[in-house]
Amino acid sequence: MTDIAASAPRESGVTALIKHARYVLSENPVTGFAFALFVLIVLAAALGPHIVPYDPLASDTVEALKPPSAHHWFGTDQLGRDVFSRVVVATRLDFFIAVASVALVFLMGGLAGVAAGFFGGWTDRIVGRIADTIMAFPLFVLAMGIVAALGNTVQNIILATAIVNFPLYARIARAEANIRREAGFVEAARLSGNSDWRILTFQILPNVFPILVVQMSLTMGYAILNAAGLSFIGLGVRPPTPEWGIMVADGAAFMVSGEWWNATFPGAALMIAVFCFNLLGDGLRDLVDPRRRT
Amino acid sequence: MLTMILKRFLMAIPSLIGVVVVTFLLTRALPGDPAAYFAGPAATPQAIQEIRVKLGLDKPLIVQFGRYVDDLAHGNLGTSLTTGQPVTTELRNRLPASAELTLFGLIVSIVIAVPLGILAATRPNSPIDHACRIVSTAGVSLPVFFTGLILVYVFYYQLGWAPAPLGRLDVFYTEPPHVTGFYLIDSLIAHDPETFVAALKQLILPALTLGIFSLAPIARMTRASMLAVLSSDFVRTARASGLSSYTVIVTYAFRNAMLPVITTLGMVFSFLLGANVLVEKVFAWPGIGSYAVEALLASDFAPVQGFVLTMAVMYVLLNLGIDVLYGLIDPRVRLEA
Repeated sequence: MTDIAASAPRESGVTALIKHARYVLSENPVTGFAFALFVLIVLAAALGPHIVPYDPLASDTVEALKPPSAHHWFGTDQLGRDVFSRVVVATRLDFFIAVASVALVFLMGGLAGVAAGFFGGWTDRIVGRIADTIMAFPLFVLAMGIVAALGNTVQNIILATAIVNFPLYARIARAEANIRREAGFVEAARLSGNSDWRILTFQILPNVFPILVVQMSLTMGYAILNAAGLSFIGLGVRPPTPEWGIMVADGAAFMVSGEWWNATFPGAALMIAVFCFNLLGDGLRDLVDPRRRT
Repeated sequence: MLTMILKRFLMAIPSLIGVVVVTFLLTRALPGDPAAYFAGPAATPQAIQEIRVKLGLDKPLIVQFGRYVDDLAHGNLGTSLTTGQPVTTELRNRLPASAELTLFGLIVSIVIAVPLGILAATRPNSPIDHACRIVSTAGVSLPVFFTGLILVYVFYYQLGWAPAPLGRLDVFYTEPPHVTGFYLIDSLIAHDPETFVAALKQLILPALTLGIFSLAPIARMTRASMLAVLSSDFVRTARASGLSSYTVIVTYAFRNAMLPVITTLGMVFSFLLGANVLVEKVFAWPGIGSYAVEALLASDFAPVQGFVLTMAVMYVLLNLGIDVLYGLIDPRVRLEA
């Protein structure tokens, strides 16, 4: 199937990409669905605080622990705060943590990996050793240790999530840079007198970039899960800030007495976000690299 | 064979050194002055200085590291500030609870995932294949603490089948005499079926939670490697020789398909050990994960450090075990080594 797309007469890059995107979407409608969900999440993150019906921090003890109703779609928590408003407003923080940590690891892991693959030798050995050491830990446990040591803040959650993902990015970037080191276009650039750094920046990086972008969308889901897990055990985000992990932790105590809505809605929001990122990542991978399709 | 195990063991040593260095650096990265922190808020500058000398914090970093390694070699992980107990003792007492939960979770996940993957591979595009795909996508998307809470709500609150999610054993039972630390095994050794059933009831929901979380990679890998094996030449030959499809799948294909699955177990353990912490919190399970979480919230760093170190060392050893197991099963790996 992909052969046909590849051998089709050359069109301008953009139209070809749109055509290919339409083809991939028609092959796999789930990706379209995931993309719609993604738009919804971005909208909630951007507009959340302005469109919710209640103040996410305002408590109202008369209305405490009420089940979902027409007034409070997702019910109210033990302080009478509107769960729906809190779930929507929390989107921004969770989305921000995931994007920031993935962008950070993209920079750290991507650059380190490309340098390791391109220069080889000592650079390669040092980057490889760092990646191996991180991989020697169960990842969530290492993230816990890092946040515990560096301090209990949102910045450190982002940093810890980035660090535990470092080996994945570094390895992929290293492999991709390594196979291009001796490629024709790199040799040509070298013969025309470009320095190593110039080749790295203008020849290698642009080629490795799309592969890493796919990796970013694939790890977004994991980043959100990791951050929510850390805040579930009480690290990072502090109450009363609305955040999905901490809301599930708050609602957990009421689950055994039957007030299910407190933990279920933020948990479901978290699940849907992760599900959306995973599907989107798969779809994006098909778009960029059809060979790896499963 | 012995050379292979030895070689693999030597390869684990740099990982162990890396783990020790990282856990050491994490303590030194603690915000603020550790001496002031250990002395407490009301300490005088003189008292802080004394503690600094006592802890060796006035020495150069490399000397401190030597001291740390020396302590480790003597099994000394420091003392918890909140309980006043040595961290090593607490970890040793709580480790069986975590190990029982993790292993039972792994068994649950293998028992579900492997048959599911095989059925999906032998019937591509059938409903069971789609079910396998849905389960493996949903499994990685479900936050493990959320799955646990939903199970508690359904099976404890709604149906009343499961006991309250409060630890390893209901308060009405006494724990079985300590042999292995695994309540299921100890109660059997003590010929106490009632305690066995009670412990099993407490264990099922948390183990199922862990199982659901970790079955995705196993099911996916089983399906993929089974598909690859089923399309290989030796399976075609076996089929052409007229062997029944049961013999072909179980005796010929299954054994070969299991090799990549065993390799994935390393990743599964990374997931399981991390998820363990969250599940222990949901079910008030008295393991090392909930010990670390309690200490974290009290800013008590020694238990957290001991916990991270224990988990990492266990993980390195588990990976070592998996590789040795792989060598035992697949003679080709032995020849290459």
